[in-house]
Amino acid sequence: MSTHPVASNNSGSVWRGGVSPFNVSYGKLMMWIFLLSDAFTFSSLLISYGAERFSFFGNVDTPWPMPDMVFNHFPFMHHIHLPLFFVSLMTFILIFSSVTMVLAVEAGHRMAKKEVAKYMLLTILGGLAFLSCQAWEWTQFIGDGATLHGNHFSLSAAGLEYAKTLHVGGHYEWHDNLRQAGPGVFSALFFIVTGFHGFHVFSGVVLNVIIYINVLKGTYEKRGHYEMVEKVGLYWHFVDLVWVFVFTFFYLI
Amino acid sequence: MANATHSAELHHDAHDHHHEESFIRKYVFSMDHKMISKQFLITGIIMGVIGMVMSLLFRLQLAWPDEHFGFLHTLLGKWAPDGKLDPNFYLSLITIHGTIMVFYVLTAGLSGTFSNLLIPLQVGARDMASPFMNMLSYWFFFCSSVVLLASLFLETGPASGGWTIYPPLSALPEAIPGSGAGMTLWLVAIILFIASSLLGGINYISTILNMRTKGMSMNRMPLTIWAFFFTAVLGLLAFPVLLGGGLLLIFDRSFGTSFYLSDIWVNGAGALNNTGGSPILFQHLFWFLGHPEVYIILMPALGITSEVIATNARKPIFGYTAMIISLLGIAFLSFLVWGHHMFITGMNPFLGEIFMVITLIIAVPSAVKTFNYLATLWKGNIQFTPGMLFAIGLVSLFISGGLTGIFLGNATLDINLHDTYFVVAHFHLVMGSAAIFGMLAGIYHWFPRMYGRYMNNTLGYIHFWLTFASAYLVFFPMHFMGIAGVPRRYYQFTVLPEFGVWMDVNVLITIAAIVGGLAQVLFLWNFFHSIFRGKKSPQNPWRSNTLEWTAPVERIHGNWPGEIPTVYRWPYDYSRPDSEEDFIPQNVPDEGQTVEPAPKKAPAKPKHEEVPASEGEDGPTVSFAALRKLFGFAR
Repeated sequence: MSTHPVASNNSGSVWRGGVSPFNVSYGKLMMWIFLLSDAFTFSSLLISYGAERFSFFGNVDTPWPMPDMVFNHFPFMHHIHLPLFFVSLMTFILIFSSVTMVLAVEAGHRMAKKEVAKYMLLTILGGLAFLSCQAWEWTQFIGDGATLHGNHFSLSAAGLEYAKTLHVGGHYEWHDNLRQAGPGVFSALFFIVTGFHGFHVFSGVVLNVIIYINVLKGTYEKRGHYEMVEKVGLYWHFVDLVWVFVFTFFYLI
Repeated sequence: MANATHSAELHHDAHDHHHEESFIRKYVFSMDHKMISKQFLITGIIMGVIGMVMSLLFRLQLAWPDEHFGFLHTLLGKWAPDGKLDPNFYLSLITIHGTIMVFYVLTAGLSGTFSNLLIPLQVGARDMASPFMNMLSYWFFFCSSVVLLASLFLETGPASGGWTIYPPLSALPEAIPGSGAGMTLWLVAIILFIASSLLGGINYISTILNMRTKGMSMNRMPLTIWAFFFTAVLGLLAFPVLLGGGLLLIFDRSFGTSFYLSDIWVNGAGALNNTGGSPILFQHLFWFLGHPEVYIILMPALGITSEVIATNARKPIFGYTAMIISLLGIAFLSFLVWGHHMFITGMNPFLGEIFMVITLIIAVPSAVKTFNYLATLWKGNIQFTPGMLFAIGLVSLFISGGLTGIFLGNATLDINLHDTYFVVAHFHLVMGSAAIFGMLAGIYHWFPRMYGRYMNNTLGYIHFWLTFASAYLVFFPMHFMGIAGVPRRYYQFTVLPEFGVWMDVNVLITIAAIVGGLAQVLFLWNFFHSIFRGKKSPQNPWRSNTLEWTAPVERIHGNWPGEIPTVYRWPYDYSRPDSEEDFIPQNVPDEGQTVEPAPKKAPAKPKHEEVPASEGEDGPTVSFAALRKLFGFAR
């Protein structure tokens, strides 16, 4: 080989071999590929959600529940109609934790160990806060009678009328004639999809903690780069992005 | 070739110090891609034998439904009371046979073996991108195999709802015995399998994209690598959907949800408590995996065939770019055609028509590949090694099985043909046998690379001809049964008088299957015997161009002792008129060439060589000597 010295700029193409075409390490590429695959898992669940939901289209006996009337709890605000306020807070927390993650990655580029540690910690706290919120929301959901088999969230004709009279911040009280048995898949899918997402957030928090410890120990400073922070950051943003879809499907439409 | 191995030891020692590996690190929890590929291969072979024995058991039942075989009782105990298969166990056998063959042999056994072996060696990498994940991939696969096989020992028997595990049959433990614990273990096994496939696939893709050696641009990659690349992409995108579908099925089975179940009436138990679910949803999710899955099975075999045929025809592969584009086309289209498995589920006929048109379009890239194989053989200086025979066998089976795909892809014809033996015949030829032939071609061809020894040629030839003949004898008559309406998965045809005329055919098929099974014993003996006692092979026994033959035969970490060879040309420079040798390995530069331009086509060949494809089979230069070799079992 030595008799044939190879010019390093042998060709302009990044695909010529001997270099990374995307100018990333294989580890980061692997994370991207994994996320692509994971996106398909979530897609399959969300498409199942769509299929099930469409099958209830026009069903008057068990109409699909109105998210506004299901997710209207807020801590310490008993019987005050606050539709989607709590889940908006959750979404805000998660997106904010993505912001702190970006800041951690950015600090990593500057090799600013203290700042990386600070923002990683904030990200971990954000993740934990999100998981706690989810736990609280599940508790409310279950407390309202939702199980994997069924729920009591479909509005009767009277319930629909009653829903029109509710206004944000006003008092509400459910009576037996207002709500009826709803589609079991509504609550089942809620548990599975938000649960699957929560599992991802939980895994993300665990990864973040591992990275955080390594940052504190100076592992990456010795290594000369904070790429691990970037990789786990990719995962964290993905989890965040998935939540945007979950939020849209389950709460908004 | 020689320049890759010089200045060996110096560099080698600088690179790694793993010489004294413990037994466990070397053979069990190995992170070396070559060892992992052997692990995949041997596990795959063991699973393949189990799957094959199962098929022979139910073939016995189909051929002699009223016979009592004493040995069956000895072998299977209560699953064959007085020597006749229990009907539920019959269903389990076809289910587990399908599962083992589709996932464990032809996905993990084929793609796992050869992707692991060839990707680092052919693109010029020291190992996979992440050897650790690679090891995990194998051990997930191993655990998955163990769980699946464990289900054979359950009191209620293994899963028996067919390998497609359609609910409600698979979702209701009370429906059939096999839907109890057996189905649960099936689902656990498949989830482990998906994890394995994910870990493997991520590795394959990133290794191919990121770890190619200098000069190995994408358009210099051997077609095997292209095939493994698309296979990995398909697996990565299709398996998660099965994961989603399986997850919902687990909830339906164990936690009372109603995704696939509605208030259907169960015999003796009244209506179920479930409301609103639809089993069709499962079929959509399953076949969104299931259809790409058949290409996950087939494409590595096609890639292997491209390589083996070009090497042994001593000719550049015909239409290198067309081969890649057709692989890409097949890979892309495979995601859009899952509906053709569901024509009769009450699908809107308009939608069915769309699925039909897209399905039939797949015939185009498939035909491109077939004609390219034939054109590569045309006027080639063919070396009939056993590997080459199996590769040609693949082409034959791919044509025979592919043609019936055009029938089945037709929404209207499918009304008659669905769930008949026509379907069984079709997919066993085009994806079952063809992919197995590709796998066997790969084993014979790369055995010297894996073990440094040849497999016995004579046994290889006998193995090929018996397998080839039995594949056709088993599956060809099934087409006629299918056209006559004989349904698949039935336990005993004697109870249906209208199918009585097919009894003789069933006997023929079973005898052919037994002969084919015995032929595999030859293969097994050949394989395991040659590992230890085979004739030692040189470094590049087939005089091949690709990089794996530039690495020394001994297994070493990092594959090449010195520097990784640089690539100067595409992998198919066979029989170039301007060269004395009839092959020029990829790492040999042209006079004064640096890495830059390599002629992609052999210059002396006219660029647009018109080859009438219909005449492709009887190329005049397939000499008598070659034919004598072929039939005379000479080397």
